Amino acid sequence: MTILPNGIEVEDLAREFKGGVRAVDGIDLTVEPGEIYGFLGPNGAGKSTTVLMLTTLLPPSSGTARVAGHDIVREGPEVRRAIGAALQEAALDPLLTGREHMRLQTTLQGVPKAERGTRGDALLERVGLMEAADRKVRGYSGGMKRRLDLALALVHHPRILFLDEPTTGLDPQSRADMWQEVARLAHEDGVTVFLTTQYLEEADVLADRIAIIDHGTIVARGTPDELKAEIGRPTLEVEPAVREELEAVTGVLARFGTPVTARPGATAVRLHGNVDQLADVVRALDGENLTVTDFRLHAPTLDDVFLAKTGRKLEGGEPAAEPEAVSA
Amino acid sequence: MRSQVFEVARRSILQTLRQPALVIPPIVFPLIMMAINTGGLHAATNLPGFPADTYLDFAIAVPFMQCSLFACINAGAALARDVETGFLKRLAMTPMQRAALLIGHLGGVMVVSFVSALIYVAVGFAAGMDFHAGFWGVPALLVLAMLIALAFAALGAFVGLRSGSGETVQGFFPLFFVLLFLSSMSLPRPLIEQDWFRFIATYNPVSYLIEGIRSFIITGWDAEALALGFGIAIAVAAAAVIAASGALRTRLVRT
Repeated sequence: MTILPNGIEVEDLAREFKGGVRAVDGIDLTVEPGEIYGFLGPNGAGKSTTVLMLTTLLPPSSGTARVAGHDIVREGPEVRRAIGAALQEAALDPLLTGREHMRLQTTLQGVPKAERGTRGDALLERVGLMEAADRKVRGYSGGMKRRLDLALALVHHPRILFLDEPTTGLDPQSRADMWQEVARLAHEDGVTVFLTTQYLEEADVLADRIAIIDHGTIVARGTPDELKAEIGRPTLEVEPAVREELEAVTGVLARFGTPVTARPGATAVRLHGNVDQLADVVRALDGENLTVTDFRLHAPTLDDVFLAKTGRKLEGGEPAAEPEAVSA
Repeated sequence: MRSQVFEVARRSILQTLRQPALVIPPIVFPLIMMAINTGGLHAATNLPGFPADTYLDFAIAVPFMQCSLFACINAGAALARDVETGFLKRLAMTPMQRAALLIGHLGGVMVVSFVSALIYVAVGFAAGMDFHAGFWGVPALLVLAMLIALAFAALGAFVGLRSGSGETVQGFFPLFFVLLFLSSMSLPRPLIEQDWFRFIATYNPVSYLIEGIRSFIITGWDAEALALGFGIAIAVAAAAVIAASGALRTRLVRT
């Protein structure tokens, strides 16, 4: 096993609970330093159990893992010094203020006394909570709690950050803010981010690489583009302006791909190549004097990937993005 | 570790102060009970062998015990809430020492109990308590009261950590209250007429905790009462702290 000082290496990691339930069943993965690694799966797939093991809060039943170059079983304290974590529920004390949380966390993390106040304030400023710093957390919105949770995970300058479903339950704006901050941490500060999520869009937007876990085993891994490319090519759906021209349009499209089911009044093909073919399709339709009212490209999504790999849709995931509409 | 203990204790005190329901009842409720009993049971002082001239002198020991019961519930419920909300996991991710969490938490509860005890003493003197142990008896009484509070708070911490459920901690309150009532709280043990009651009160350690506190007021420096009071308080506190440490070790699993 190569030792990655800011990375994560996992070999055959498993965790069995009482009754023989194997929540994590022998997974292997490598997270490179500085990357955002998306760990995607439905509820109960084994994401949080994996995070608990990697953060030293749950001993594995078998297998090995090194986080920041340290063995998670034999070198727990060293692992904890190198990592920060925002676990599934924002574990905050509703009776304390944001600033009081920072004070407690900086003290417990051993930040020198002289630096505690400034570091806490800097992080509150960074996550946009300075104005609410002296308000009790019970008055915070879900997004504010998540941002405070993130700030608390950063007080000791961790090299690796574990985020367990950091945007679950957040409104779109709060989710976008969180994505921005996570991307900034990885790309500007060089923090390695291990992100679990059940939102396909989140994994697609944020993650450099993704692993899909289902029933405790990893069923797919790669970059989002690699995974999408693995399961298929884009589909082009065209609706002619004149219904009588449907057959002619179908004939033109057949030159560029394999016919697939389309909605009534339209025709569709799975393209032989990629989106570069679109210009050729438009030219061919024009050459036949065929006019169209709707021209839609359906790019494969991670939802398609998940469906292909597991045979079902991701529960709790975002609805698939609307297909891209291109006027011809 | 000192700064860790201080911060955890600070959090515990803030938690309590920001919930008036956790501050007012432990101070006011025992005083109201004492006022009612002092008025209603004054005739008991006429019983032959009753050890005090006023029922106030006899009853003032009880609020210290009731305050300890509240310390028990508050300590247990707060730790159970930390388990339920995952806050304990956050703490487990830090290099914090387990002992710091327990000492800090119990320390915070004890500060609140100490303030309550000072109020009881002040109210007692204001109401005309005849304190026989003299000037140094007051700090000695406070030390015993704090030991008792520590014992009960640690018991609460054990239940809270073990169960991880605030409801379970609350469920123990009636049990502890029954222990208090089946003691020498209202009458000296020799004057309890019912045999079964006197038997239970004799084997109920709470009786000796109350009698230890009471001895400062109505007797002065009573070696036997103080030895039993301090001895039982120390033994229960030690056992409860060890049990709570074990429960915390189980709860704060980390490699």
